Amino acid sequence: MNRILRTLPLFVALFLFSAVASVSTGWAAEQKNLILATTTSTQDSGLLDVLIPIFEKQTGYFVKTISVGSGQAMKMGEKGEADVLLVHSPDAEKKFMADGFGVNRKLVMHNDFIVLGPANDPARIRGAMTAADAIKAIARANALWLSRGDNSGTHAKEKGLFKAAGINPEGQKWFQQTGLGMGETLNVAAEKKGYLLADRGTYLALNKKAHLGLNIMVQGEPKLLNIYHVIEVNPAKWPKVNNAGARAFADFMVSKKTQEIISTFGKKEFGSPLFFPDAGKKPESLGL
Amino acid sequence: MDVILEGLTKAFQLLASLDREVLGIAWLSLKVSGLATLFSLVIGLSVGTLVALSSFPGKKILVSVVNTGMGLPPVVVGLFVSIMLWRNGPLGYLELLYTPTAIIIAQTVIATPIVMGVTIGAMQNLPANLRLQILALGATRAQMVWMLIKEARLPLMAGVMAGFGGVISEVGASIMVGGNVRGYTRVLTTATVMETGRGNFDMAIALSVILLLFCFAVNYILTYIQQRERPR
Repeated sequence: MNRILRTLPLFVALFLFSAVASVSTGWAAEQKNLILATTTSTQDSGLLDVLIPIFEKQTGYFVKTISVGSGQAMKMGEKGEADVLLVHSPDAEKKFMADGFGVNRKLVMHNDFIVLGPANDPARIRGAMTAADAIKAIARANALWLSRGDNSGTHAKEKGLFKAAGINPEGQKWFQQTGLGMGETLNVAAEKKGYLLADRGTYLALNKKAHLGLNIMVQGEPKLLNIYHVIEVNPAKWPKVNNAGARAFADFMVSKKTQEIISTFGKKEFGSPLFFPDAGKKPESLGL
Repeated sequence: MDVILEGLTKAFQLLASLDREVLGIAWLSLKVSGLATLFSLVIGLSVGTLVALSSFPGKKILVSVVNTGMGLPPVVVGLFVSIMLWRNGPLGYLELLYTPTAIIIAQTVIATPIVMGVTIGAMQNLPANLRLQILALGATRAQMVWMLIKEARLPLMAGVMAGFGGVISEVGASIMVGGNVRGYTRVLTTATVMETGRGNFDMAIALSVILLLFCFAVNYILTYIQQRERPR
């Protein structure tokens, strides 16, 4: 063992050398960096794990995917800390564009939001006509509702639905905010047997693996559409952003080939696609 | 319970089959946290020894600050390091945010006060006359310091272990300054958080088991060095 110990400094030196060498090759790759700020749903559903490698191979850019809520993603865009956004919070996006932080906002795809709840359905909302009716019933029954509470696209949609139902949930005992991503919030709702709003993609992907025990209560309402846009951060505002890369990514997302991949993603595994491609369509045609 | 068993099985499968992605994540964790610990050892040991062996006004305040730093929350470090490294922040021109280097910086900031605080404590714990005795035997100042460090090596190694344990297990700073970028800044802890969010509990457990094995292996080596008989 003593002999082993005498060689220990050699191992440490070797480790240091290889560690420094591999970290500095990381520096060399810095030239063509692209920071993509996106929502947790695109990452948690696994879609980006499929698309990003194809994009990197095609263009030679190195994509740093930072998956946060749509709200935080747009904040990063406002500060010039991201190059391109893939987000799903249409009202906030419109404000973002109007304030001049973004350029070339393009429709990419949609899926839909669903209201989920535990099988015993304490608020009796199964089959409710609209999400607003369901929310009113949940408020009346004081049934547990779990909110993302993180300014994500899903959270923004949820706020809109509560407003439409005329319910102010702030400070109510039955209304709890997780402050976590979609996947984690679904896990919390499953454990606590609460109701929540989720995007169908993340729900399908997660339910397959984790058997959440949550059932779809309300779906199919035009108001529940979940629409994803790609936005380039305005290079006129932030000269340091990589606009060439951002444009390449936006073009990639709406290209015919990518749209085909999106239309089939998850079909085999989950029985139905998780996202529906919409490139080139007018938002009005989706019922917005 | 099934899920834990599945996770353990998965962990051994991943290790046995040398899954490339998992190995890459594990190697990056070891590399980043190992380097951060080494840097913190260099800074913490030298500054800590200097502070312990000298006396100056305000020493108590300084030591209190260092001791407070031993409990520095990783998310706080992550937040401040991110703000510094933002493109449009003071160090933005370095383009270091969302790189492994950024994680090393943040983890060094977390581990340095731990090593420094333990160093100060260990050095001050040595008998005061030891210094005089070593010097009286004709040692130079540098030789004296080296002998003191050797004398205090038990608590010093404990400090290194605490520093390494602190940084390899932290997730807040790594995710904020690293961004959990696949194949680039994804370390064991951030990958575990992500896989949990995705509902891949078996994968999350597998990563946790690997993390634990790592901590054990590294601490075993350090403990061995700490406990070995002095060479004769």
